[in-house]
Amino acid sequence: MSKIRVVHYINQFFANIGGEEKADIKPELHVGEVIGPGMAFKAQFKDEAEIVATIVCGDSYFGENTKEATATIMEMIKEQKPDLFIAGPAFNAGRYGFACGNICKAVHDELGIPVLTGMYKENPGTDYAKDVLMVSTKNSAAGMRDAVGKMAPLALKLAKGEEIGASAVEGYIPNGIRKNFFEEERGSKRAVDMLLKKLAGKEYVTEYPMPNFDRVAPNPAVKDMAHATIALVTSGGIVPKGNPDHIESSSASHYGKYDIEGVMDLTSDTYETAHGGYDPSYANADPDRVLPVDVLRDLEKEGRIGKLHRYFYTTVGNGTAVASAKAFAEEFSKELKADGVDAVILTST
Amino acid sequence: MKLELGYVNIHDIQFADQSKVEGGVLYVNKEDIKNLVLEDENIKSVELEIAKPGDSIRIMPVKDVIEPRCKVEGPGDIFPGVISKVDTVGSGKTNVLRGSAVVTTGKIVAFQEGIIDMSGEGAQYTPFSQTNNLVLVLEPREGMDQHEHEKAVRMAGLKTAKFLGELAKDVTPDETEVFETYGVKEGMEKMPNLPRVAYVQMLQSQGLMHDTYVYGVDAKRTLSTIMNPTEGMDGAIVSGNCVSACDKNTTYHHLNNPVVKDLFAQHGKTLNFVGMILTNENVYLADKQRSSDWTAKLCRWLDLDGAVVSQEGFGNPDTDLIMNCKKIEEQGVKTVIITDEYAGQDGKSQSLADADPKADAVVTGGNANMVIHLPKMDKVIGYPETANIIAGGHEGSLNEDGSIDAELQVITGATNELGFNKLSAR
Repeated sequence: MSKIRVVHYINQFFANIGGEEKADIKPELHVGEVIGPGMAFKAQFKDEAEIVATIVCGDSYFGENTKEATATIMEMIKEQKPDLFIAGPAFNAGRYGFACGNICKAVHDELGIPVLTGMYKENPGTDYAKDVLMVSTKNSAAGMRDAVGKMAPLALKLAKGEEIGASAVEGYIPNGIRKNFFEEERGSKRAVDMLLKKLAGKEYVTEYPMPNFDRVAPNPAVKDMAHATIALVTSGGIVPKGNPDHIESSSASHYGKYDIEGVMDLTSDTYETAHGGYDPSYANADPDRVLPVDVLRDLEKEGRIGKLHRYFYTTVGNGTAVASAKAFAEEFSKELKADGVDAVILTST
Repeated sequence: MKLELGYVNIHDIQFADQSKVEGGVLYVNKEDIKNLVLEDENIKSVELEIAKPGDSIRIMPVKDVIEPRCKVEGPGDIFPGVISKVDTVGSGKTNVLRGSAVVTTGKIVAFQEGIIDMSGEGAQYTPFSQTNNLVLVLEPREGMDQHEHEKAVRMAGLKTAKFLGELAKDVTPDETEVFETYGVKEGMEKMPNLPRVAYVQMLQSQGLMHDTYVYGVDAKRTLSTIMNPTEGMDGAIVSGNCVSACDKNTTYHHLNNPVVKDLFAQHGKTLNFVGMILTNENVYLADKQRSSDWTAKLCRWLDLDGAVVSQEGFGNPDTDLIMNCKKIEEQGVKTVIITDEYAGQDGKSQSLADADPKADAVVTGGNANMVIHLPKMDKVIGYPETANIIAGGHEGSLNEDGSIDAELQVITGATNELGFNKLSAR
């Protein structure tokens, strides 16, 4: 097997050209040269991969001319037909981190090849952590050995298309993709240890940083209910008996849309719940308890609502990823809108 | 309160003419168990099977797992208020048949219940691939209501475990361990400089297949309360749930609560383990508010410095978890919470259904949505076709060759939120 072709990006400082006074140098392509930290990568790659070119650019130049610099560097990279692109590591150098993240993203998006960089967790370049795999390094170049020690094997895995493990195992900065792995201690022991640290005012690392929660502001009230078309949508799993579309009892992969034209009442003979996360006996005995078709028919008759929409949409909320639920709703809310629905009653369980 | 656990190590289980524990082997006379279980007229039939570590055996759907124990000295008896009188347990001496378990299976009650594989890929995710299991395949009387069905299966398992436990009443344990907690004042005097820590255990209490019983009381009808941690070791808490079996506590988990064990390991050294607070996870908002208010109030009242809070289940109980965490922190008591995640099969989704910045110390038991392949086993005890409908499975989960493709949540205890396992996620 031929060696994996690697292009390496570094700044003027790590290329031994100079410090701040040389930070304005334009991108340079060094074909066949392994420079600075590239030597450490070379040693780790052994015969598996080869740095075919090194690109050097001044941090100020990149920061002040991001667009042109990126375009120039992209051309340089393309010429080399690499299998893998590595930038840095940038440690805590902010502009260098920005350049590494920026170019890695561009290479990944345009060339579709695996990319890897490395930097300190507080480097502003970590803004790219969701798009670009980046190894967590120490905050200065004194951590080069450690950084390359983590980056080189991860880079080879990426190039070979092997599965990448959890961030805590592989040493990359969490990228929002949760991966399972086996810890050395059981969870209860980790919890007690974490609490002791928290009580002593020592540093501890949560295993799940809380996300920014997506709170949805309600729309303004419907003014004229008597002429409004109301639709029913549920995450309580009410489906026609037999669950014809096989909506899963947990972690639903899809939703159902069912016609209730002429249906005045949901009964245990005609409907049921597919939901596996709550006591189903009461919903199965009378599915209106979760999807109140009977009451809405009454309101329709009494003229308190215009009409009940002909279709209801349903899925199982149990264990269903928020991202899936959001995708379902984005799809069917367009249909609801196109069908002239004025308001939706969303029932959950 | 002081309890001595005597561990009788069980390394094998066999059917025999006489039920007994001898030389680390649990011998079971099938007729003894059948007679015991069939006392309940709601059970039509029971078959007995043995599943040992390394066997090419799959057990599904699993209802509960129970460790056989028996009271040797002290008041009360195992599973008080459920199959024994309601006397307070948790003191004296108790023998434990360590390395053995009773597993209940049978026709499915609803969509739920989990899988135990004794070998292969799935075995590494469930602690019960490591125990010598007596499996009860229970068939209910026809026409029985789901709630009665669940109860009949639950009771059969508990009775069997108690019967087996009593076989070791006079056996000298291989190892003993003593656990002791003190009254509030006594504890403060003994450990004046150690932080006061309690364990807040949240109990699943959402209805059928989601219930937990404390001294026989349905947890959904309880207010948050205080318990000595050793009471749980004598079966004060019993499982009535197994939905999305990965993060439900079996009775075995309650008996061997790892948070209790790990807090005791630090008790008197780095912390003062004051006791346990039990609280529920009901479906109504008013119940959630009331229970979390009471939990926070009890934390303050016990003058705690810190608390470990463990969740059971996911989704709806995420709300209870965050409410508890937030309100306890607001009392000036530092918390660590233990949960698991539903981050989607690709791991890209938000993991919990609720969040708060105060929940800044979280331990996770892993992403339950992860897809796994469970290879074919030579033998299936129970009903393999339930793979297509159990929580975590989908239509087509059961492949023609007998293997199963499903989410990790199908496996009993895989992402346990008492922190029983080493599985985690980042």
